[in-house]
This record gives sequence, C-alpha cells and structure tokens, in this order.
Amino acid sequence: MIVPPAGAGARVGEPVSTGNGDLRFDLRIIADMVRPGARLLDVGCGDGALLQHLAQTKAVDGRGIELSMAGVRAAVRRGVSVIQGNADTDLADYPAGAFDYAILSQTLQAMQQPRTVLEQLLRVADHAIVSFPNFGYWKARWHLVTRGRMPVTAGLPEEWWATPNIHFCTIKDFVVLARHMDIRIEHGVALNEDGSVHRLSATGPWANLLSAQAVFLLTRVAPPGAVGA
Amino acid sequence: MRLFAPGPRETPLDAPQNTTLRVGEDRPIRLDSGLDLGPVTVAYQTVGRLNADRSNAILICHALTGDHYVAGINPVTGKPGWWDALVGPGRVLDTNRFFVVCANVLGGCLGTTGPRDINPATGKPWGLHFPVITIGDMVTVQARLLDALGIEQVFCVIGGSMGGMQVLEWAASYPERVFTAVPIAASYRHSAQNIAFHEVGRQAIMADPDWRGGDYHEHGVIPQRGLAVARMTAHITYLSETALHRKFGRRLQDREAVTYGFDADFQVESYLRHQGSTFVDRFDANSYLYITRAMDYFDLATEYGGTLANAFRATPTRFCIISFSSDWLFPTVESRAIVHALNSVAANVSFVEVESDKGHDAFLLDEPEFHETLRGFLDGAARHRGLPPTAEGAR
Repeated sequence: MIVPPAGAGARVGEPVSTGNGDLRFDLRIIADMVRPGARLLDVGCGDGALLQHLAQTKAVDGRGIELSMAGVRAAVRRGVSVIQGNADTDLADYPAGAFDYAILSQTLQAMQQPRTVLEQLLRVADHAIVSFPNFGYWKARWHLVTRGRMPVTAGLPEEWWATPNIHFCTIKDFVVLARHMDIRIEHGVALNEDGSVHRLSATGPWANLLSAQAVFLLTRVAPPGAVGA
Repeated sequence: MRLFAPGPRETPLDAPQNTTLRVGEDRPIRLDSGLDLGPVTVAYQTVGRLNADRSNAILICHALTGDHYVAGINPVTGKPGWWDALVGPGRVLDTNRFFVVCANVLGGCLGTTGPRDINPATGKPWGLHFPVITIGDMVTVQARLLDALGIEQVFCVIGGSMGGMQVLEWAASYPERVFTAVPIAASYRHSAQNIAFHEVGRQAIMADPDWRGGDYHEHGVIPQRGLAVARMTAHITYLSETALHRKFGRRLQDREAVTYGFDADFQVESYLRHQGSTFVDRFDANSYLYITRAMDYFDLATEYGGTLANAFRATPTRFCIISFSSDWLFPTVESRAIVHALNSVAANVSFVEVESDKGHDAFLLDEPEFHETLRGFLDGAARHRGLPPTAEGAR
C-alpha cells in the first residue's frame, strides 16, 4: 500500500459514503468546520452524502455541483439540491457572497484551472474548505525515488495517462499558492492515510512530509484598512 | 412475489374526481393581449385529499395536446390517464400524501373555455374570434382556480413540455405561491425551430378546405386531414431517430414487398397515419392553433427585460429541472440555460439530465430513472415543507 490513501483517492463522481451511511473521514473533518445554519456550496459533491449529513445534523442550507450524472441523480434522490455542472466553468454563474462556505473536497487536483477555481470559491463564499491528497507525503516521494514512476495505488488506480487527477500538489505548494493569492489559512488539519487526524499542524514544517492529506479552512485576507477582518 | 397482496385501496373518495368550475364571474380575466375574458369555465381533475392546512397540493400542468385526465381512466379515450403511472396511492405523486390538481388549459377543448365554445356575444362558436391567449393567461386562470379551491400555496407545480413552460411562468409570477417548481423537458422560450414546426402544423390545418376560416363547426365539418397532418408532423418531433428506428426500422406494413405506390408501405407511415386519425377524434383544430400560438409567444426572458434571471430574483421556490438526453425539441441546453439563470440569483435548484433514447415524449413514458429522481426530490422537499408521509387531517 502506497500513497495516497483510499479516502484521498476518491475520484470525482464516486460515492463518498459507505452503505451504512458513514461519512468518509475527511468529510467528517470538513463537517466539523461548518457552523450550523450556514449557506453552503459543495463543489464536486459526489452523491451528496456530505450535503445530506450537514442538512440533517446542522440545518445547513446546502447546494451541490457535480460533474457525473450518476452522482447528481443519486444526490437528488437523497433530497439534496444538486446540479450537473463543471466547477471549472459553472462557478462563474453564482453571485458574489452567495454562500457562507464553498467546499472542494478531493477535487482540486481534478480541476483544469485550480487557481481560478480557488478564486471563484472565495468569490461566491466567505470561506472555502479545501481538502486534497498531499504529494509531498514521504511514501509518494519514496515511490518516485525508488521506482521512478508516478504512484499507482488502490486508492488511485489509474495510470498517469488515464487519471482525472491532473493537478497534484504538495501541502507546501498549496500554502505558497494561498499566500500568493492573499488567501488566509484560518485552520488546517493534517490527516493520515486512513483519514484519521494527524497530530502535526497542517501548516507546520513536518506535515508536508508526514501527512497523507490535508483539509484547509480558507478566507480572503481583508483588504488594507478593513476593520475587524 | 406476494400471492395474496391486497388490491389497490381505491375507495370512491380516493378515485380521481372530474369536475368544472367557473372563474372570473365577478372580475373577468385580463389577458396579456389586453382583452378581458370571462367568465371562464375550468374543467379539472383532483386526486387525493387536501390536508387541514391546505399545504399538500400539487398542480400538474399538461402539455399541448394533453388534458386534465392525469389519473384513472380518461373518459374520452377509455385509456389510462396520461400520467396514471405517476399519480396514485404509493406512486411518485403519492395521492396518500398529496392532493393532486390538474386543469384543462385555457383555449383547450376538453371542458375549459376555448374556441369551440359558444361566444356569448354572438351565440355561435368563438372560432377565430376567440382572443389569442398566452402561457401567462393559462396560468392566470389556474391561479383563479386555486383561489376558488382555497389553496394559497401549492407544494409543487409540475409539468412537461408546455406544462413546463406554465411551471416556469408560475414560479416567476407567483413565487410565494409555489413551494417547489418542476419544469420537465421544457424551455424558458420557444425556439425558432419549434415555432417553425408549429407553423407547419397550423398551415396544414388552415389549408384544409374544411377548416372554413375557422367556422367549420357551423358548417358541420372538421378539417380532419389538416389536423391529422399537423399531428403527424408534431409527433415526429416528440420522438428520436433512435426510438423511431428501434420501433419501426424500415419494416413494411402487412406486406412482403413495396407496392410501387403511395399506400402506407412502411410501418412508420402506418403508425403516423394512425396517430393523425385518432388525434382528430379527440382534439379541436382551432384549439390546436391557439395553444401552439401560446407556446410560440412564450419567452420568459423577454417578459423580464431580456434577462431570464430577473424572472427569479429572490425566489423562495425550490426548483428541480429535468431534461432528457435524446430530446431534440426541448434539448438539455435549454434546461441548462434555466439552471444558469437560477444559479445567478443563488436560487435553490437541482438539475438532472436523464439518459433516454425516447426523445421528448420520455416524460410521458416509463423511465425509471426519471421517476426515481422525481420521487427523491419530492420526498426531500416534502420533508422541508413538513408534510407527513400521509395527508394528516385530510378533509
């Protein structure tokens, strides 16, 4: 078993819940970051399990965008509001500040324009919650060093030429991009391969080597002179 | 398999009720054309029971040549209602839970005031003296019906094709009266191609010498050939190339070889002729002219200053937009335009394109994925509305 873990490998449109209704680990972390009653957009929401969970447990007014029709149909059948659409293009439709949170879980790496999508997330929502597999994880580095090939695992079964995940990054890459885009990281959680919470700080010096995935709560850096932030 | 399963529990009270009502007696209907019309007779069907707080009503809007006989047996044709598979106890539109209402549209020919009825001013059928009506006028009449039934807000307005146009008009005109809106295989405006097909149908009717300038009733004839051709043309647009090919291919009708003549050699010809001739028995030619015109005039964006999103600004309604992949009359791209407009005002919207090779008519056919999607959406919305699984306090 090599990196990233099964949880992190879920691809766009794949069911994000198990048969007994349990949420994927990283989705539980995300759910904990959301305050009750919020307006929320889940981008790449899969079968809508997180939206349903948040509606039931936190009375969240949720919407979803999902690329795969199978995911959309499953989500609508659950009774959550989901449209078939593409995050790369369709986020532009929403008005600024329409939501309190925009969630992008395990989808950033499948975007054509990850940076533009991040900008859009923080345009339509006050906060963005982004989770992604960390390619700086030591096992990924080890795989590349010893075999000289892109990792192919149970969680990421496709060869490099077949995967929908086209923009992998490391935690450090992400933190640098956030700084460059004037995005403030309010909270970061490092996760192990099985999705359990790592005790390391996600933005600390060791998480980039030792954690398999990460979840970040983001907001815009207040413009100069703004009060309160 | 359950050998001794109980039969359907359809007491007379739960059976579809067909009735009529007059609206606009005190105050005529002000039409979009500026003319006043009234009183107007509305023929409608109800199934199920209205709950104590009158919150469980579903208004079904029918398509161009549809009628209000959604469930049970259609008394005109003797066949099951056009949405009988969806409406009934335990079905997708569960009449144990919901109170279903469907009205024949204004301008129709199955009980609601239309061009076949007597013009009180002349004592003769209206014919072409009937005012030109719009989708908006149809909705105005439905709103008056709901007023008369004491229903302030419907749980859902739902309909396919022209019914979907009415759904969108409802959501735009009466946002507070519509908890959920489900336009199916519809568009916010009739396309040039669709207007073109309608014009072919109308020209076929008007070219029939028996049409008599619209006064055929007075002459004791009906423009059968013209109306049949109109129906044949339209029917092609409701199917898909794949569906036609699967159903008929190039198979011949009751013969081994082509006859080198103009008989219905091919099964598809025979089928279309049958569609045309049976349509003539149940539909009025002038109604066909008026209702197709109403669809042609429909353009919700233009009604709201050229921007569709303006029609839905601050809408409280929950939308579920459904299209079918092989529908080339109201293609998915039209539904997607509605979704874009709703997103731009941050409306609550779900959108599903159902995979089907059955063309536009898929909304009338057995499409399990469509039915399950609809069931899930209505379930979720009913929970939000606080509707129990069975109508409580039903009267």
